[in-house]
Amino acid sequence: MLTPVLSRNWGDADSFTLAGYARHRGYEALPKALAMEPDALIQLVKDSGLRGRGGAGFPTGMKWGFIPQGPDGQGAKPHYLVVNADESEPGTCKDTPFMMANPHALIEGVIIASYAIRAKKAFIYIRGEIVHVTRRLQHAVAEAYQAGHLGTDIHGSGFDLDIVVHAGAGAYICGEETALLDSLEGYRGQPRLRPPFPATHGLYASPTVVNNVESIASVPSIVLGGAQWFGAQGTEKSKGYTLYSLSGHVKRPGQYEGPLGLTLRQLLELGGGMREGHELKFWTPGGSSTPLLTAEHLDVPLDYEGVAAAGSMLGTKALQCFDETTCVVRCVLRWTEFYAHESCGKCTPCREGTYWMVQILQRMENGNATEEDLVTLLDTCDNIFGRSFCALGDGATSPIVSGVQLFRQEFMDHINGTGCPFDPVASTVFAGAHA
Amino acid sequence: MSGSDKITTDLGMPGTATVPAGVPPLTEQTRREAREIITRYPQPRSALLPMLHLVQSVQGYVSPDGISLCAEELGLTKAEVGAVATFYTQYRRRPAGEYHVGVCTNTLCAVLGGDEIFRQLKDHLGVGHNETTEDGTISLEHLECNAACDYAPVVMVNWEFYDDQTPASARDLVDKLRSGQPVAPTRGPDRQCTFKEMSRVLAGFPDDLATQGVQAGPATLAGLQLAQQRGETAPAYPDEEKS
Repeated sequence: MLTPVLSRNWGDADSFTLAGYARHRGYEALPKALAMEPDALIQLVKDSGLRGRGGAGFPTGMKWGFIPQGPDGQGAKPHYLVVNADESEPGTCKDTPFMMANPHALIEGVIIASYAIRAKKAFIYIRGEIVHVTRRLQHAVAEAYQAGHLGTDIHGSGFDLDIVVHAGAGAYICGEETALLDSLEGYRGQPRLRPPFPATHGLYASPTVVNNVESIASVPSIVLGGAQWFGAQGTEKSKGYTLYSLSGHVKRPGQYEGPLGLTLRQLLELGGGMREGHELKFWTPGGSSTPLLTAEHLDVPLDYEGVAAAGSMLGTKALQCFDETTCVVRCVLRWTEFYAHESCGKCTPCREGTYWMVQILQRMENGNATEEDLVTLLDTCDNIFGRSFCALGDGATSPIVSGVQLFRQEFMDHINGTGCPFDPVASTVFAGAHA
Repeated sequence: MSGSDKITTDLGMPGTATVPAGVPPLTEQTRREAREIITRYPQPRSALLPMLHLVQSVQGYVSPDGISLCAEELGLTKAEVGAVATFYTQYRRRPAGEYHVGVCTNTLCAVLGGDEIFRQLKDHLGVGHNETTEDGTISLEHLECNAACDYAPVVMVNWEFYDDQTPASARDLVDKLRSGQPVAPTRGPDRQCTFKEMSRVLAGFPDDLATQGVQAGPATLAGLQLAQQRGETAPAYPDEEKS
């Protein structure tokens, strides 16, 4: 059930060094890739079925194939690869430990991907709030230059590549790919209107691929193992392996790498189950922007199709599990505060809507809300969803709409009673202990 | 602005900017390093975020002088630079503590204890959100999710991870920071860097601490260790298959 590929070398104390990566076949895919035609590499990634691991699940090879090539028009402009390492979706915690433990797998993937799309410059846009991970990436890039994996005429192939590790400065919205590009260009990180898409008009209005860390880091294994090897893992339309991040009221939270399509029931078994004497109340399949699920959904296959069929989204496989001591209204309020804080302000529905939803949810949690407030809350969601400039607005409505759908009575109890009936101490990890 | 000195910098800028007492001025070296950052990018303006981190690495915040320096080097107006600096939460608009202590109070950490940790730290330090202790050592802030949910509740000091915190461990942490005792992040270097040291790394000038600290914490290794116990592996690559 567990299939460590990205995590296979994490147990070694020097896993983050070039030597530690090389011991596990690190940088063996690189010469193989450089001996291939770039278009053949794009085809290989298409054939593998790899889909974007940043949440949206768009086929990675297809994204690469959209890059215009050739001497004319947009194809003649410099091409760029930008790695989205701005991991900030609440609950999502896979790329951060991965880059801390195994940055070279990402670097090798960046080199191969850049060669495939014919980019001579790649950027790793890393969230500014994880400084030790930034250090590890800087160190890995320096080691890769020393080893001749980066720079000019890499291993005699004639291919040149430079990588810049670029730290952000604290803005969730920069995980949205066009906002990330604006930020990388030195502007406020606000999303762009699409089309044109980054594939033709991305960084500096040039052809640009923006890929998630895990997607790019999966590429060396596809080069080594082949499309069939990769595609034999996972499910029919969601192929390959992935990192599942288990967190919350579980006995052994952490990173579990396995094929796509495992269920939360299976993962909870691996993680030792919910904490002693408690049961699962609700969970997110892939961060706070993916609608909440409950124990009814324990057997939903965690792949793109399975979770969508259950009314949610696979997202980042950030499995935040909450037990029965947890107040859903409190959680939904806190997530809504997050979206209000992170709304970039560009479009009115998201900027104003999230602000007002926080007010209403605070009234509920404090016991000052009316039934009409609940109607207004859902009405506001209706006016944000599908009417916002980017997915942040849509995401902001997910916990509210799904929370009310699944736990309407609990919302009503907050309205009809005297505010929150839950004891917040009971849901802490140090409940019962002297802290 | 009592206690502030009016300082004319040697950067060729109008001598109107004031730098509060105790804040070192930007120097010619700062300007050289800013220009070095610019050379990393195909277009100069891409250097703005790291340049603002650089300014913070010298002065501890984005000062009016720092905004002027960035504007001059990039050919932007100060308003354009200020508009960017105020968008991102890591840029400080005024001098703050040497140690930036952030308690994650996004949903999962909050529920698992982050709210209680933040409440107790406020009481213990006598400051609120985004405030600095009178001795200037600690600025307190509540954070959004910092990508360490499997180590909740999480506290960050200058963006280094302090995992699996309790109110008691967090109080102890800030006490040590205030009294100058050594502390080290759970997953990070062997010592805690200052805000300015950390900002220099974010500006793209590496320190020599990358190889210090664990490669992975226990939660990161949970799945791998279980796989090893159970003898589970990924399918072999075709060239590894035993004939």
